[in-house]
Amino acid sequence: MKGYNFAYLDEQTKRMIRRALLKAVAIPGHQVPFGSREMPLPYGWGTGGIQVTAAVLGASDVLKVIDQGADDTTNAVSIRRFFARTAGVRTTTVTTEATVIQTRHRIPETQLRENQIIVYQVPQPEPLYRLEPSRIETRRMHALSDYGLMHVKLYEDIARYGQISISYDYPVLVNQRYLMSPSPIPAFDNPKMHMMPALQLFGAGREKRIYAIPPWTEVRSLDFEDHPFRAINAPHPCGLCGATDSYLDEVITDDRGGRMFVCSDTDHCSERQVAGHVGADGWREAAQ
Amino acid sequence: MAYVAVKGGERAINNAHAWLAETRRGDASVPDMTLPQIENQLARAVDRVMGEGSLYDRELAALAIKQAQGDLIEAAFLLRAYRTTLPRFAHSQPIDTARMQVERRISAIFKDLPGGQVLGPTYDYTHRLLDFELAEAPEEVMAAMAAPDHAAMPRVPDILGEEGLIETNRDADREPGDLTREPLTFPADRDVRLQALARGDEGFLLALGYSTQRGYGGSHPFAGEIRMGAVSIEIEPAELGFAIDIGDLVVTECQMVNQFKGSKTVPPQFTRGYGLVFGFSERKAMSMALVDRAMRAAELGEDTTAPAQNIEFVLYHSDNIEATGFVEHLKLPHYVDFQSELQNIRRMREEVARTAEQAAVTDSVKVADQSAETTTDTVPSPSLPGLTRQPALQRQGAGCRVEPGNDGEGGVGHSFGRLVSDLANVPDPAKITDPTGGGE
Repeated sequence: MKGYNFAYLDEQTKRMIRRALLKAVAIPGHQVPFGSREMPLPYGWGTGGIQVTAAVLGASDVLKVIDQGADDTTNAVSIRRFFARTAGVRTTTVTTEATVIQTRHRIPETQLRENQIIVYQVPQPEPLYRLEPSRIETRRMHALSDYGLMHVKLYEDIARYGQISISYDYPVLVNQRYLMSPSPIPAFDNPKMHMMPALQLFGAGREKRIYAIPPWTEVRSLDFEDHPFRAINAPHPCGLCGATDSYLDEVITDDRGGRMFVCSDTDHCSERQVAGHVGADGWREAAQ
Repeated sequence: MAYVAVKGGERAINNAHAWLAETRRGDASVPDMTLPQIENQLARAVDRVMGEGSLYDRELAALAIKQAQGDLIEAAFLLRAYRTTLPRFAHSQPIDTARMQVERRISAIFKDLPGGQVLGPTYDYTHRLLDFELAEAPEEVMAAMAAPDHAAMPRVPDILGEEGLIETNRDADREPGDLTREPLTFPADRDVRLQALARGDEGFLLALGYSTQRGYGGSHPFAGEIRMGAVSIEIEPAELGFAIDIGDLVVTECQMVNQFKGSKTVPPQFTRGYGLVFGFSERKAMSMALVDRAMRAAELGEDTTAPAQNIEFVLYHSDNIEATGFVEHLKLPHYVDFQSELQNIRRMREEVARTAEQAAVTDSVKVADQSAETTTDTVPSPSLPGLTRQPALQRQGAGCRVEPGNDGEGGVGHSFGRLVSDLANVPDPAKITDPTGGGE
């Protein structure tokens, strides 16, 4: 794009971000402060993810951007277009074709490969912030691995509700050391982070933090030996492709209680439909 | 109704932007507003946008205001995003407000002083009556002007300083920090705090400053001096070895003089709160000075109990570009997380229903025992609105699909049972108040 450097950020800024990324990869799950820049998109819209993507993107990369698992949600469209304009890289909606995937709130259903990078947009990198709002305090707690407060919160949930009430942004312990926010992905996606072959990078622009999980790293969702972690999902197959192992969106179809469940990962769903899988709603429509 | 996944987000965005452009221009029969008009006639808006946008450029600020339809936070955001892309040629010398070309200078703590009280173009003593003549094209107004006074106009704290009555500011022995390059870390030094306040939201600082006056961290302030006018900017290129003047900028400076009782090592003296902002923005400069002084509470050995004294709280929440982005991001789609909450709440309601049903069964068994009857096949229905009763066995796992969690037996070395017995050692249970948890 005329007047701007490749992928918008100047090379000095990219170098600063890459340094933070290297440190983050070296200390899995540890939040590294970085000199987050003001981006031409608002804070909260993925400025951290965009800066990380800009810093790792090369001319030959193929970029996929998803929001809520979908390639065609407005913010995903906007960010994809931003990089298409400022970096001129090839973009795709196909998970397997992408070398860099920027995401908000989901991990694709298709297992990622070793030569892929997934970049998460993070609104709140501090996993302890609801229990202790002061970052001076939480920094100390991370330094000392003092995570008792979080275990007590989980305990209180079980005592009060019989189960842990966190359904997304479910805290994980990375490499047996740092408590980490997985970003607001549904707890359903947490197990995908464990021993993932791809490099996982996290950018929080407003909070000015970067963190990372190197490939093949242990990522455990916090739980108790006698109350193991359980991810939840809607108890239905996908209405369009019949998948029973994907995370589902609930779509309201009328004002009389009508609803259907469809894959949140739009690429996964359409790939399955192309391969001939049809869900109950697909059959019904075909019959009509 | 069949569901079709929404496509065409890109077209929707393009159409929305076209509509926005049309709305911005408004009625085409009304003349388009020019940047010089905004620069001159909406000068206070330009000042605010330059301050919060952290870029001194009246013309660009006017453009941002026009582009943002007068939404000043949006305009400041436009300016900030542009500012980030600018190369840095040089760092200026510190500006010297003692050498300001003063347009306004008042002190609330002396009746008269060298250089005098200069009211300048102030609203202070206007009666707030809507001036209907302004609605028509008003006549050209020429204010009477005295010849510029070149007499020295020392800053009031400097006058107090001669007698040693006010603390001296240590000369910085290092380059000041820069929030726009390095992330905020704590403890945050005063240079960085002042930078954050100068970029901070006027409304936020006004409210915080006001709160200190109402008892939330009061510091007995007096407006020692407020001055507004042009100062020159100088840089010292390495190859020259001396400073050269590269231009002027208008700033408003406020120095609050505050009470301080002294300590064993320091004799009683006044302390100061400092405010400096781009343009003519007295409200913000004064608020900034109040908040600056409040944030020095810990340094001066005062109790830190009020929000304005909590450095971390103030600095993390003063930036309106960050704040508006994060507040407004809630309108982005969150349906994946909401779906997980839906399933979660359904699962929890089932748990409640099951518990209630078990209680009901137990009760009915008791009743049956007492009346010595043997037929208890019909279980009394617990009257829980909105909950459907199902036989317990069928219900297991009905409302949610339980996915495999951590592989193996799970657990990160913690046992729920053990934790229960450890609970006597809970650090601070009062802090655990949020029953729902979760993230964004």
